[in-house]
Amino acid sequence: MQIVVNTIVLASLYSLIGCGFVLIYRASRVVNLAQGELMAMGGYFLFTVAMSLFKEPVPSFLVASAFSLGLGFMIYFFLMRFMAGESVFAAILTTIALGILLRGLITLIWTSQLWHPLEKMGITNGSHTLIKDAVISTFGIVTVLSAFLIYVALFLCLKFTRWGLRMQAVGENPLLASRRGIKLHNYYALSWGVAAFTGGFAGMIQSCDSILEPGMVAIGLKTFPVVLVGGLDSLIGVIPGAFIVAIAEVIAINYISPQASEAAPFIVLVAMLLIRPWGLFGTREELERV
Amino acid sequence: MSFASGYFKTSYRADLSLLETRSRWLFSTLLIIGLVCFPFFTSPFLLDLASQVYLSLIGALALMLLTGFAGQISLGHAGFIAVGAYVTAILFKELNAPIWVTLPASGLVGAVLGVIFGLPSLRLKGVYLALSTLAMHFIVTYMGAEYETRRGFATGIVIKPPSIGPFTIRDPLVWYFLLLAAAVIALLFSVNLVRSRSGRAWVAIRDREVVAEAIGVKVPFYKLSAFVTGAVMTSISGCLFAYYRGFVSVEAYSLFLTIQYVAMIIIGGLGTILGAVLGTIFVVLLPYTIDAVGRALEVPERLTTYMFAIQYASFGLVMIIFLVLEPGGLVAIWNRIRNYFILWPFKRRTLGG
Repeated sequence: MQIVVNTIVLASLYSLIGCGFVLIYRASRVVNLAQGELMAMGGYFLFTVAMSLFKEPVPSFLVASAFSLGLGFMIYFFLMRFMAGESVFAAILTTIALGILLRGLITLIWTSQLWHPLEKMGITNGSHTLIKDAVISTFGIVTVLSAFLIYVALFLCLKFTRWGLRMQAVGENPLLASRRGIKLHNYYALSWGVAAFTGGFAGMIQSCDSILEPGMVAIGLKTFPVVLVGGLDSLIGVIPGAFIVAIAEVIAINYISPQASEAAPFIVLVAMLLIRPWGLFGTREELERV
Repeated sequence: MSFASGYFKTSYRADLSLLETRSRWLFSTLLIIGLVCFPFFTSPFLLDLASQVYLSLIGALALMLLTGFAGQISLGHAGFIAVGAYVTAILFKELNAPIWVTLPASGLVGAVLGVIFGLPSLRLKGVYLALSTLAMHFIVTYMGAEYETRRGFATGIVIKPPSIGPFTIRDPLVWYFLLLAAAVIALLFSVNLVRSRSGRAWVAIRDREVVAEAIGVKVPFYKLSAFVTGAVMTSISGCLFAYYRGFVSVEAYSLFLTIQYVAMIIIGGLGTILGAVLGTIFVVLLPYTIDAVGRALEVPERLTTYMFAIQYASFGLVMIIFLVLEPGGLVAIWNRIRNYFILWPFKRRTLGG
């Protein structure tokens, strides 16, 4: 029972990080390998805000989210804007370089020490007993709930709001979209902003649930298998992808070794690429496009 | 090779020669003499640095062949290096094998892995290929880590200096010449390979796969051959690396190592052998340069603890600067400077130069 709960919490975390990845990919066909660093930045923003501005958790989370959103916009306007229209490889490498830069900045600003944002906010991470003897932490519940809420919100936004529809149009056919008067750069920036926000939010929750340290970025690496299993261009695919990867990881931890859990997501990824490279819900044409 | 003024080849020999003009002969001879004399006039620190450059050069050339010429994106380069190092370490620990066994064995295992790494490239392109090679990297390092913990070398595997017959390679000076020779062999191999049939086939695949296939290039064969060539060269460099450091540990083969190699070929300039050389020198020396600048500026003691983070951040920054501002890399800058002097006093850019 405990394994099931752990899997669900882990899958929620992965889907929170992964949806930003898919959003950026769908809007601009850029694969963002710095998603893990964006996530860690969220955690550090929360820590800084909790330390210097507010002591209460709710305003801290809100302000840190705003910072994450702003970071995403800044990354687009100061960096990724120049990579629009460049080759896929160049864009990937730019995100890798961005990741290294961010990681360097994190250790430069906050050092590689372990931090506990929860202490700064003066709350503790309680544990709750669910049915039978399965235990879930408070922030585990928060992870699952926020993943659910953010997904519902994203679907509603993409389907029914003007911005969401335009973002889809930009992803489908940038040329046509720009002819209809949609400002491409703004929507690419929006996708980066939302991705930095969702990733950063995942980082905030994760830093509360365990600890805050630069090694957190490794979680971001595991979201590549998640999104590829689901299909790079499919938002809905992230959820089954996250579950498959989380199940593989939890099984590997429990039955093989903790080291195996590092490799398990990538074994899943290779298997998926061999069987169905475009992913569970991805479109087959994507293979040709990149 | 492009020249500002007319330079005409009048014989087949001239067309085939690697060094086309007399000034190139002169400069290469001077360079070789300089490199041979270098260790006798320098400190052990600089000697180690030069040896590191030669070691990395082999790997960078391999990646340049694979990515720069054949156009196959690989984010699994550290995986290949790890393979070479682990084959060496395992053969040494389990069978006490000497270097003339481990070196070919590393190359052989590298070749097998090159085929396995390369197979996805027949079906996948771009992002998908990059991520599949990334996955391979994690699987290889996991297997290495598993071996370490299962056999009780949790902190790493210590390897004795290699010996050929009664002769043990331990002296840094001997290492320097050994690695210099290895790097020169790798360089000559790459330069010649690139202008051979395989090299031209790779460039054709890189530039337009469909057309390459249409003109009769065996695309699957040459894609796999690119992976195998790259993998063999890299795992041999991994084997040498293991002996040179005398220590194999999974932490050394992180994703950051891959990124460093990718940075070498990007900063140097994709699709040129000279780029691999310049990029390697740049990337290997960058952290030491930053360190030296930090010491020269006499930064306060408090800041030296941040040195690693500064190196890390500036590495990312340099990569970004090159990707955004100078995608042609150091080679493009070099060509610009050279053309400026060749053309002087005229300012007009050369056509096709």
